[in-house]
Amino acid sequence: MKIHEYQAKEIFAKYGLPVPKGEVVSSPDDARNLAVKYGKPVMVKAQVHVGGRGKAGGIKYCKDPDEAYFNAQDILGMEIKGLFVKKVLVTEAVDIKSEAYAGIIVDRATKKNVIMVSPAGGIDIEQVAAETPEKIMKLAVDSIFGLRQFEALKLARFIYPDIKMARQAAEIITRLYRAFLGSDASLAEINPLVADATGQLIALDAKINLDDNALVRHPEFEKLRDLDAEDPAEIEARRADLSFVKLNGNIGCCVNGAGLAMATMDLVYHFGGRPANFLDIGGSSSPEKVLAAMKIILNDPQVGVILFNIFGGITRCDDVANGIVQAVEKLNVRVPIVVRLTGTNEEKAKEILEKYHFPATSLMEEAVKLAIKEVA
Amino acid sequence: MAIFIDKNTKVVVQGITGRDGSFHTEQMLKYGTKIVAGVTPGKGGTEVHGVPVFESVAEAVAETKANTSIIFVPPAFAVDAIYEAAEAGISLIVCISEGVPTQDMVKAYHYLKMKGVRLIGPNCPGLISPGLSKVGILPGHICERGPIGVVSRSGTLTYEVVYNLTLNKLGQSTCIGIGGDPIVGTSFIDCLEEFEKDPATEGIVLIGEIGGSDEEMAADFIKKNVSKPVVGFIAGRNAPPGKRMGHAGAIISGSSGLAADKIKALNAVGIPVAEIPSQIAVLMAEKLAEYRKRKIKKSKAAPKSGKTKKKTAGSAARKKATRRLIRKKR
Repeated sequence: MKIHEYQAKEIFAKYGLPVPKGEVVSSPDDARNLAVKYGKPVMVKAQVHVGGRGKAGGIKYCKDPDEAYFNAQDILGMEIKGLFVKKVLVTEAVDIKSEAYAGIIVDRATKKNVIMVSPAGGIDIEQVAAETPEKIMKLAVDSIFGLRQFEALKLARFIYPDIKMARQAAEIITRLYRAFLGSDASLAEINPLVADATGQLIALDAKINLDDNALVRHPEFEKLRDLDAEDPAEIEARRADLSFVKLNGNIGCCVNGAGLAMATMDLVYHFGGRPANFLDIGGSSSPEKVLAAMKIILNDPQVGVILFNIFGGITRCDDVANGIVQAVEKLNVRVPIVVRLTGTNEEKAKEILEKYHFPATSLMEEAVKLAIKEVA
Repeated sequence: MAIFIDKNTKVVVQGITGRDGSFHTEQMLKYGTKIVAGVTPGKGGTEVHGVPVFESVAEAVAETKANTSIIFVPPAFAVDAIYEAAEAGISLIVCISEGVPTQDMVKAYHYLKMKGVRLIGPNCPGLISPGLSKVGILPGHICERGPIGVVSRSGTLTYEVVYNLTLNKLGQSTCIGIGGDPIVGTSFIDCLEEFEKDPATEGIVLIGEIGGSDEEMAADFIKKNVSKPVVGFIAGRNAPPGKRMGHAGAIISGSSGLAADKIKALNAVGIPVAEIPSQIAVLMAEKLAEYRKRKIKKSKAAPKSGKTKKKTAGSAARKKATRRLIRKKR
């Protein structure tokens, strides 16, 4: 789950990481009032779940409260990479003397948490990795012992040769790692980590991605979710415990299993069709889930056919069949349904669907072609 | 023969009294798997489908000598169940549960490596060696015993592919789902290594998807260590970047994890990647035929022992003569 900069900074602050003073506002007046309160130049920063905000004009320096007003006015409502800015973070501007990078990710190859640091801050770390990889130091943290002090110092000295700065940075890296673990993050990043005129290190930007699988043990994080940034269909799908991604086509898909759902999506494109969505109804089957899935798919006016591709392992085909029947009887199903049901209890499923005469097949490719024909 | 499980596999089902645990225990029993015990704290002394239930894995192992465990517990408790099984002396753990927090797996993975215990999963359908044993939820009736090893990150896509292989008379030695999470206990490489050693496996089907670099690492491993033919399939060619496509591990992050890169890496080491699932069986049949032809040629080309002896004797004598000549010249 993605969270905004201001929310990541709140989490950082809890773990003792130095962040600039700031508050989030959603009107130019409030921006001006904050600038007056702080009594010094401020930054107005768009709060959206994308990178490259600066380049898009979503981060502005304001030398006085009037500039804060006008910049906030410009930035609020701005569209950056498909997302609309509804909130801005107003923070005290920092006199930047140097910029560095410190970030932590879960590395799938080593299956460890890896800390990356670089004296090249304020740039996309992927760009640094591609162009000047020698400017990055990586350290895989021992998964049982955790981050040890001498390791934090080693990383810090890669950025700051001066021992005093390095000790300061080592403390920040240690706290960043604690924040990463404590919030069950999949990514925690300070970019840039700046030194101000007094030599104080400050996290000028903060990014945290939270592990979806761990949210259940952080109920307080659910309120951080930005529902405005999510597609309403995707929100509804999550509430119904379905995996759903909105696409642009007219063939609604309902599949059990993410890999099969991806393969179904690929197959639709392969045969010249356009899927309206990716939808995985998951393992444990229930007619209620099928009903919920159909409702969500039918809410999309572009959908001209619903394709069910079900291969039953944990999913029972008769449960899916009952779900389809319930949906057809409860909802106004305005489009044809193409059904492919194979696997556990497929014979029972066939019996249940017999009287509805849906175009049905036991072969996946045939089902996809039938669906494409329906919207041709 | 097969990999990881066979007729001697004795299974304890953790979470046997739950909806999925109980349903799949029955399915596995019907398939012929030796399920010797179940565990649900608080339900010890009861029975599920004729299988005795114990209070803990340690008790189950002491009583029944179970060597393999399958876990059907909610994700919040899955890693604890894994630790319990490992501590109780189980050597193969199959974790079906989906939703295990990633940091739990970071710890568990390295602990299990230290302990020498194999984990398959989490978030996986388990594995099946057709005709021998099934430790998982894959539907047995679509499988058939044969020479193809199947390894996959997916669940139902695996069934689709296996169904197709069976329809094309390409039976399977072992089908294994390694799971859809970013951190899993057993990788493609781990399975490829076993398939290469397994006499019953002659061809391997590798089913990958977007996210991570397991397929790229597998390609590198295959180039150096696998002589048997491999055919690939990658799901998610059209996945939009940055979106989690169901599986926690199926996400394109920045520039990494793209299907196109995985296909490229596999092609670069001579592994064909099917465009559509039904093409896998066609490619496998071709590669298998070529591989068998090569094997026959090799065994025919090996010289008969009599001739070999002579050749060696002849060349040794020639070498001796040459050395005498060189010494004389000096």
